[in-house]
Amino acid sequence: MYQYDQHDRAFLADRVALFRDQVARRLTGVLSEEQFRPLRLQNGLYLQLHAYMLRVAVPYGTLNGRQLRALAAIARRYDRGYGHFTTRQNIQFNWIRLADAPDIMADLAAADLHAIQTSGDCIRNVTADQWAGAARDEIEDPRIWCEIIRQWSTVHPEFSFLPRKFKIAVTGAARDRAAVRFHDIGLRLLRNADGEVGFEVLVGGGLGRTPVIGKVIRPFLPKAELLAYLEAIMRVYNRHGRRDNPYKARIKILVNDLGSDEMRRQVEAEWEGLRGGDLRLDPDLVAEIAGRFAGPALTPDPAPVRAVEDLPLIDPAFRRWLDANTVAHRVPGHRIVNLPLKPIGAPPGDASAAQMEALADLAETYGHDDVRVTHEQNLVLPHVREGDLPALWRALDGLGLAVPNLGLVSDIIACPGLDYCTLANARSIPVAQAISTRFADLARQQDIGELRIKISGCINACAHHHVGHIGILGVEKAGAEFYQVTLGGEPGEGASIGELVGPAIPAARIVAAVETIIAGYLAFRRPGERFLDTVRRVGVAPFRERLDAAA
Amino acid sequence: MPLLKGGVEVADGWRALADAEPVPAQGDVVVPLARFLAEREALLARGGKLGVRCRNTDAVEVLAPDLHRIDLIALEFPRFGDGRAFTQARVLRQRLGFQGELRATGEVLADQLLHMGRCGFDAFAAALPDLVAEWRKAGASYRAYYQPATADQAPLIAALRGGRRTPLANP
Ligand code: SF4
Repeated sequence: MYQYDQHDRAFLADRVALFRDQVARRLTGVLSEEQFRPLRLQNGLYLQLHAYMLRVAVPYGTLNGRQLRALAAIARRYDRGYGHFTTRQNIQFNWIRLADAPDIMADLAAADLHAIQTSGDCIRNVTADQWAGAARDEIEDPRIWCEIIRQWSTVHPEFSFLPRKFKIAVTGAARDRAAVRFHDIGLRLLRNADGEVGFEVLVGGGLGRTPVIGKVIRPFLPKAELLAYLEAIMRVYNRHGRRDNPYKARIKILVNDLGSDEMRRQVEAEWEGLRGGDLRLDPDLVAEIAGRFAGPALTPDPAPVRAVEDLPLIDPAFRRWLDANTVAHRVPGHRIVNLPLKPIGAPPGDASAAQMEALADLAETYGHDDVRVTHEQNLVLPHVREGDLPALWRALDGLGLAVPNLGLVSDIIACPGLDYCTLANARSIPVAQAISTRFADLARQQDIGELRIKISGCINACAHHHVGHIGILGVEKAGAEFYQVTLGGEPGEGASIGELVGPAIPAARIVAAVETIIAGYLAFRRPGERFLDTVRRVGVAPFRERLDAAA
Repeated sequence: MPLLKGGVEVADGWRALADAEPVPAQGDVVVPLARFLAEREALLARGGKLGVRCRNTDAVEVLAPDLHRIDLIALEFPRFGDGRAFTQARVLRQRLGFQGELRATGEVLADQLLHMGRCGFDAFAAALPDLVAEWRKAGASYRAYYQPATADQAPLIAALRGGRRTPLANP
């Protein structure tokens, strides 16, 4: 992973001192809450229903063991012993005291971590493919570019007071695991006809009240021009993005109002004034940053494969886990190990301090000290030698982190919802827990196959419900919790937005409704057809009929 | 309203003219952009110095042909959260090469002085009790930055690797 140098550390130290001063001025009343708000937000501090919530950045979802232990220590010392991994590849602590916040920032900085720009109307944490550096279908590692974007966007003097928050995602693989089509800016590394690697640039994707698939405004951008081009986009947005209504302030609305051709024209005109200038990325600089990602030197190791092939004879549970939760690595003899943070019936994405500490040990022992956070609220050990899998599996099983449910019914994404969030209409976590419990039987889950359920407590769509195979959205009707259900959303390369299946469903019936929908799928599906394929083939109408009949 | 320029508090010798107010023969005046565009010839021909006040929705590019004859441009932050003038400032400084005084007006928070300075503002009309101290403090916030900006033409994020000094601390 990226190694901080003395300058990165000096910058964080300065930032902590600045924030300590701001908090002191707030606590003594020099700053009003209104004036303090944007300052605390740019340091990841939200005021929630019961306490402050601190969102710590996990840049492009990459952590090492030392950092995981630092997060565990914060969970123990300042929270209630656990942290909550989010759909932005970040981690949140829900029970923070304002007076403690500067000390927490200092503890984070000691582990090369921070909470800068994890909220507020600025460029947020840049996200990436969680299998970066390990995936077989990868053209180039996106994290190098994410880090360059992180540095460029950190305390950017021009773009710290944007119309609204701004999210960038980067993928370097053929399969889009970073949902780049649903970000304010999505970047796809690809190879052009001349064999040169550059970026396809998408703009104006997003979820929320108005879900939109991003539009390609530049099919191929030379790598050296990345920052100049991003600056041009930001400049157009900062000047012309709407500021009269927060629901119309994201760049997707500007792109929609201007049309993508006019957006492109304005961006390219701005870029003309910037290209080849200060922001041009010198290959030496890129090489220097890439060098600080020095990944593990993995040697192709074909021998252990046989051991893994033999093991299922010993333990069928191991085989189930191997098939469900691990994926082939680009280096033969290794696997990518996914760790769903979705034990049956538990809140999605929660990890206890003890689990984090144990995982830190396992990452150091078996995973080349590399841990990833996914936007599906799971963790990943991206580089594990096949020969180490049995031992790792036993250890994970002991931690309750070897449930073979990756991508299945119980691997649910849920936002904090009404249990924590001031904006929520309805609870999310208890619905996720209830669905998970209802489908606890793993054989049943495996029979149903790949199915991605995403639950948001309000239209802000933090759990990306629009792109869930089953999307569940909390709405309020006359003071009661209801849920709207959409079917057929998909965040990846075949991006689609889910379609509403019928009228909102009262809280008491939501789990049964999910069961009815899944029963419908099992009845309609053709051999080998995934839930999403069936929905795309038959449409939502037959599901609606079943729901109406059951109501 | 206290005015900070070049790191010290100074008296504001400029007179802000409203839309219909007659233009005095002498003295330094600031006029709204619309009035400048309407009375451009007469305003540029008179004796005193000339300033132009822009709203944050104005296309400052229209001033390009006359920038060398304009001494001051005042940009506005109607609310501190409305950051459009940051981009206007950078367009004026970086793209159009404006050399005169660039003044931040409106709701100017102490915690934004650093950003403003880096975007090219060099004068601040702000209702802050000790503007000079706030400015010094802002300039000392960070030892170095990750990105080039206007007031500190840095050779890129790599500049940080060279441990560059903070420009605002040494006005
Ligand atoms: S989707 Fe709504 S309820 Fe859920 S975390 Fe986001 S803002 Fe809160």
